[in-house]
Amino acid sequence: MPRLLFEKTGEAVWLSHLDMMRLFQRAFKRAGLPLTHTQGYNPRPSVSIALPLSVGVESVCELLDFDLEGEIPDLAEIRTRLNDALVAGVRVLDCYETGKKIKELAFLDCGVTLEYDAGVPAGAEEAISGLFAGESLLVEKKSKNGPVEQDIIPMIRCCLVTKDDANTVRILARVCCQNPSLNPMQLAAAIDRYIPECRPDHVTCRRMEIYDTKENVFR
Amino acid sequence: MTDLLQRILPTVQKPARYTGGEYNEIIKNPEDVRVNVAFCFPDTYEIGMSNVGMRILYGVMNEMDGVWCQRVFAPWGDMEAAMRSHDLPLWALESRRPVKEFDMIAFTIGYEMCYTNIINMLSLAGVPIHASDRKGLENMVFAGGVCAFNPEPLAEFIDFFSLGEGEQSTVEIVALYDRAKAEGWSKDAFLVEVSKIPGVYVPSFYSHEYNADGTLGSVTSVNGAPKVITKRIVEDLDNAYWPTKMIVPSTEIVHDRANLEVFRGCIRGCRFCQAGFSCRPVRKKSPEVLYQQAVATMEDSGHNEITLSSLSTSDYRGLKALTDALIPYCHSNNINLSVPSLRADNFSRELMEKLQTVRKSGLTFAPEAGTQRLRDVINKNLTEDEILSTCANAFSGGWNNVKLYFMLGLPTETDEDVLGIAELVYKIIKCWQANATNKKRGLRVHVATAFFVPKPHTPFQWEAQITQEEYLRRCKLLKSHFYSKSIEYDYHEPNLSRLDAVMARGDRRLGAVIEEAAKNGARLDGWDEYFRYDIWMDAFKKCGIDPNFYTVRGFGEDELLPWDGMDVGVSKGFLLRERRRAYEARITEDCRHGCAGCGANCLLKEVACDA
Repeated sequence: MPRLLFEKTGEAVWLSHLDMMRLFQRAFKRAGLPLTHTQGYNPRPSVSIALPLSVGVESVCELLDFDLEGEIPDLAEIRTRLNDALVAGVRVLDCYETGKKIKELAFLDCGVTLEYDAGVPAGAEEAISGLFAGESLLVEKKSKNGPVEQDIIPMIRCCLVTKDDANTVRILARVCCQNPSLNPMQLAAAIDRYIPECRPDHVTCRRMEIYDTKENVFR
Repeated sequence: MTDLLQRILPTVQKPARYTGGEYNEIIKNPEDVRVNVAFCFPDTYEIGMSNVGMRILYGVMNEMDGVWCQRVFAPWGDMEAAMRSHDLPLWALESRRPVKEFDMIAFTIGYEMCYTNIINMLSLAGVPIHASDRKGLENMVFAGGVCAFNPEPLAEFIDFFSLGEGEQSTVEIVALYDRAKAEGWSKDAFLVEVSKIPGVYVPSFYSHEYNADGTLGSVTSVNGAPKVITKRIVEDLDNAYWPTKMIVPSTEIVHDRANLEVFRGCIRGCRFCQAGFSCRPVRKKSPEVLYQQAVATMEDSGHNEITLSSLSTSDYRGLKALTDALIPYCHSNNINLSVPSLRADNFSRELMEKLQTVRKSGLTFAPEAGTQRLRDVINKNLTEDEILSTCANAFSGGWNNVKLYFMLGLPTETDEDVLGIAELVYKIIKCWQANATNKKRGLRVHVATAFFVPKPHTPFQWEAQITQEEYLRRCKLLKSHFYSKSIEYDYHEPNLSRLDAVMARGDRRLGAVIEEAAKNGARLDGWDEYFRYDIWMDAFKKCGIDPNFYTVRGFGEDELLPWDGMDVGVSKGFLLRERRRAYEARITEDCRHGCAGCGANCLLKEVACDA
């Protein structure tokens, strides 16, 4: 099954996972690339996007598996034709024949940007670093049966906190992304809960790279 | 630093409806634009983007040189709260420019329960809500849509209305504005000129006087404005503008599919139906043109579903030719073809089977009334035999779910008619027991009753609406006669329908009520989450207006009606004749069985009525 590597940036970050599925199903059609359909009572075009991304989060490393009817055209051409049929913010970076098995996906690098309108509070960098260097850190996670407490430390592989400028702190972290997975926005939630004096005025989040179990780049 | 809107977006539901950027969105270079039009839909993005009229006029205006039409929708409550607390004015999706900076602000108004949204959107934009407070040529507010057929409740807010179909008149209006702006006209000078365009109504050119009993006494026009405004229509639909490059929303909307209008007008003449009369005369589109437009739309949009729409698609003469061509195309391209509002005739049954889009669960009828007598009164030519034979067919084919829509409070309705609904439902249950091939899954009959709202430009435009108490009594009476577990019964909430009735036949005095209600937080009234009847009742009280005047009173046949100056083509004499026939429970055959003389054919200059 061929695979796309694509990015989701700018205004497109506000599209949900289901929106992205619909967007690509239509984009393939617009590009004159007929998708195969699932069998059954309600046939659906076969596209599948790995690791659903939360609304509002940017990414430069999204993967989409698809299957086309008939002969598969030149892969570079698929990329060009899709990019002409997509919307601003969603761009196919690469299209290739076979990738690694999705179940081998294990880690991702994320950047969490904390914005402080009145300047970064004194000592914030150290306080945040210290928070994620602890033994355990319980954060509330929404689940089907209501909120549950989740210890996020075991899911943080490594973490680097830097002060970018007078108003911005950036967290770069490598976290588990499958079984179990950590939503990078939970890092900001932990700051809100445990060091409220370092609570930022706005948080943005970006998925930067994905890795397999051996921490090799996943494609 | 992240800008304000980007900071608000993560805090609201469905943020993608506020960002624009969809496929086929039209972006122009501001330097090439002479007239900026903010095209406002007074409801949410999901509703507005499903509106075909808006899509047509968006395309029509953007085809014009030097004109950029951009979309604006009503924000949901969470976004409105954020906008108000951060002083973020309402913006247009395409350019993000504040609506206040636009030359023209257009509204398309399809239902009465969005009137407060119009006021609220103007207020969120920071534009004065009263036409008289907008002094210059900028922020010229105009409106169209079916509610323009009785525009009086909105008279003090809207600078002018455009009646009827806008494909041609909108171009004339915007071109006139282009000239006015270039030549530096005053607002008054522009309004005088625009009132000369056929179909345009400038409410400030008319003064309304009332009699001691509260009824409308006289309407006087100034500035040479015409006494009667005749709606505009497009005669040749084959050559009319149709947008094949439609915006494809990136996020889900209510009707998330391509939509193709197969003809305009209606041959049926159901006496309660405003669209059935006000959209006349019947004008066809050829199956060849429709096929080409369908294919072009599907290829461009990438949609996997297309709907053939009209007021009654079974009555489209070219339906067989069109579906014979479209079904193979849709089949080979994995496209779902949906044909709603089919009648229970033989061809439609065959078509439904061919389409296979009707899931085994769905069969919907709108008999509207429970007895044949009352169906004859309202001229709904659907017989019990037709319903039962269609049901028998469907049940033997495995269907097990029926939806039935009725109205309560129709003129001449008695308890016998109400109980007739229960009897019809039992006959359907018996029919299922006799015909069902698979009884294991059981039968579901979903019955819904709406509260009858008399509408302008229909034979029932003079009728009284029954009181809410009486409506609820009839609902309970009906409910007490449903014994089977297979029946699920819902009735519409009467408060909203009462308010709908007030606005539908309202006059200018209601402007103050709408303004007061909006000021006190009434908005998104069509949404259960937001509808606040108490705010409205307080507003009526404060303005000294009795809603019953517009509802339970009924209007006299000799009374001057607020919408008498709006000509939709159907004559008042015809509506009166139809009202008499209703009282005699006499049906009027559909137009194809013989012209009933409604008068709408007089709107046609180039072609004949295609009924």
